[in-house]
Amino acid sequence: MRIDKTLLAATIVAGLTMPAAAQEISDDVVKIGILNDQSGVYADFGGKWSVAAAEMAVEDFGGTVLDKPIELINADHQNKPDIASNIAREWYDTQQVDAIMELTTSSVALAVQGLSKEKGKIDIVTGAATTELTGKQCSPYGFHWAYDTHALAVGTGGALVKAGGDTWFFLTADYAFGYSLEEQTGNFVKENGGEVLGSVRHPLASNDFSSFLLQAQSSGAKVIGLANAGLDTANAIKQAAEFGIVQGGQKLAALLFTLAEVHGLGAESAQGLNLTEGWYWDQNDDNRKFGERFMEKTGRMPNMIQAGTYSAVLSYLKAVKAAGTDETKAVAAKLHELPVEDVFAKNGKVQENGRMVYDMYLFQVKKPDEMKGDWDYYNEVATVPGSDAFLSVENSGCDVSQYAK
Amino acid sequence: MTMIFGIPLPALLGQLLIGFINGSFYALLSLGLAVIFGLLRVINFAHGAQYMLGAFAAYLLLVHTGLGFWPALIVAPLVVGAISAIIERTMLSRLYDLDHLYGLLFTFGLALIIEGTFRWYFGAAGQPYAGPALLAGGTNLGFMFLPNYRGFVVVASIVICLTVWLLIEKTRLGAYLRAATENPQLVQAFGVNVPLLLTLTYALGAGLAGLAGVLAAPIYQVSPLMGSNLIIIVFAVVVVGGMGSIGGAIVTGYVLGILEGLTKVFYPEASNIVVFVIMAVVLMLRPAGLFGKEI
Repeated sequence: MRIDKTLLAATIVAGLTMPAAAQEISDDVVKIGILNDQSGVYADFGGKWSVAAAEMAVEDFGGTVLDKPIELINADHQNKPDIASNIAREWYDTQQVDAIMELTTSSVALAVQGLSKEKGKIDIVTGAATTELTGKQCSPYGFHWAYDTHALAVGTGGALVKAGGDTWFFLTADYAFGYSLEEQTGNFVKENGGEVLGSVRHPLASNDFSSFLLQAQSSGAKVIGLANAGLDTANAIKQAAEFGIVQGGQKLAALLFTLAEVHGLGAESAQGLNLTEGWYWDQNDDNRKFGERFMEKTGRMPNMIQAGTYSAVLSYLKAVKAAGTDETKAVAAKLHELPVEDVFAKNGKVQENGRMVYDMYLFQVKKPDEMKGDWDYYNEVATVPGSDAFLSVENSGCDVSQYAK
Repeated sequence: MTMIFGIPLPALLGQLLIGFINGSFYALLSLGLAVIFGLLRVINFAHGAQYMLGAFAAYLLLVHTGLGFWPALIVAPLVVGAISAIIERTMLSRLYDLDHLYGLLFTFGLALIIEGTFRWYFGAAGQPYAGPALLAGGTNLGFMFLPNYRGFVVVASIVICLTVWLLIEKTRLGAYLRAATENPQLVQAFGVNVPLLLTLTYALGAGLAGLAGVLAAPIYQVSPLMGSNLIIIVFAVVVVGGMGSIGGAIVTGYVLGILEGLTKVFYPEASNIVVFVIMAVVLMLRPAGLFGKEI
């Protein structure tokens, strides 16, 4: 009978602990959704290449976390916040998705972050730029990796102001991201004694910029700030050359321009442009190794969005492992607490408002005859220290006191 | 300085010219659409894809065979025309007896497939294409700096539009074409090869789109999305001009280009919808379009 009792006790204990162990990871799988533009103007900026980077992160982590499989799903949100919200809702409600990442396009990122906050889920934004994500619309479970409009304003805007560009005219994409970028760059210019002469707002995915460029040209501003992104910026730069804007002595500031767009535009048209990115494949051996692996998988070099997505996925998985569960609050706490040290951010830390702070870099696009290989586009000009590049929690406008501790 | 509605006159003139340049592309593209609809009664939703194919043909010719802009101006439209002729012969011609809707759905699906394929291979950011060295640089007109290449586009577009209009309205071949649309059985009875005529017409319309694509390549990024960005506007142009009216499509193309250009000065945010507002107004007042015949 004694033995029976022990057996019984053992059975009960086992019976109690087994389901408890299963509850560490909900639904027995850690599921990450990559939601971005895969067919529109930002398809090269992030697109399916970000999905490839996320796959590499899962691979490098070993494919499982806490002995449960890691699953990736992805979808194209077509840059429409309503479509993105519907997909995100479906992922959270019926597909057991634990976290959504990438989220190119600020309007989409804000919508999905709002939804994630309401559902108590984690989102990590790499593809969108607006500082609102870690400002007024911040979320205790929302994170912003890679870059933001403030970093671009300080990096690219700062470099041009220093070089004597004290009068500006903006060509601005007509949505949240464009406004945010124009406002922050404008403020930065004014704080440094410069002046903003005017701006014109153009619809997303405009084909022809000549009319706007002509307005910028006649404003007489020394610098024409392109507060847009992707194909729009590429077309604006190409057409600016055509209208003799650069030869006429005006400088172009491509405020958001990455390796993907430089490659699309070609070194001939892009040479001499200043731009700010958080990562470049040819900076050191680690980066080169990562770049080559990515190249093998996709046939191209990653930009900061894609490398940043790798880092975001990896950091999330590390946080799940450290927390011992995929429960949102515990993982979010670990994400805030753990330093970010990987191939992307060498010395990153996450602020209380969700902003991942790390050093950004100012690059200049090489002349075609300086290029040694296909993707050899950048000269590194300066480091923009993380503390300058990103807003502090106090200045961000995010009320962290509302966060439940 | 003379001001009109708060805009300096030189700036306004510059914007009018820019609008005229963009109108040249609208006119070329809507011309091809109007030819295809007028003679084949097919609503060719693949027109934007054919425009994109023209630009890519020029790009690929340059990269793989070293043929520059001028040969591409001839070769690329022929390539696009030939591909389109094959599509018409093998697939589209089977749909002539059915409702127009089937042709529309078929060409729409075709456009999605072509664009998707190119996006897969080339990505969305597009490829660079250098314009001809002969037309590099620009001319200072006093009120604006006109890139020589854009000036060339305007002239080329006017010449092409006039030629096609004359071809269809004034030549014997054009007369056959128009007759074949009115009464195919009768024209066939006179010994004219009607199916061949229809294939050639489709190839001509598509070739015009390809030609516009080559002309656009040095200005815009050669991107798989370049056609889909433009095609909806071009459809609005054709509707405003009157479906099937070739002269109407040409004139409306230029006029709407200019109106859009002016919108970009006075209220830039509305520049991508102004064409559709005009379309809605025209449809209410004249359902057959400005130059269309009442059915």
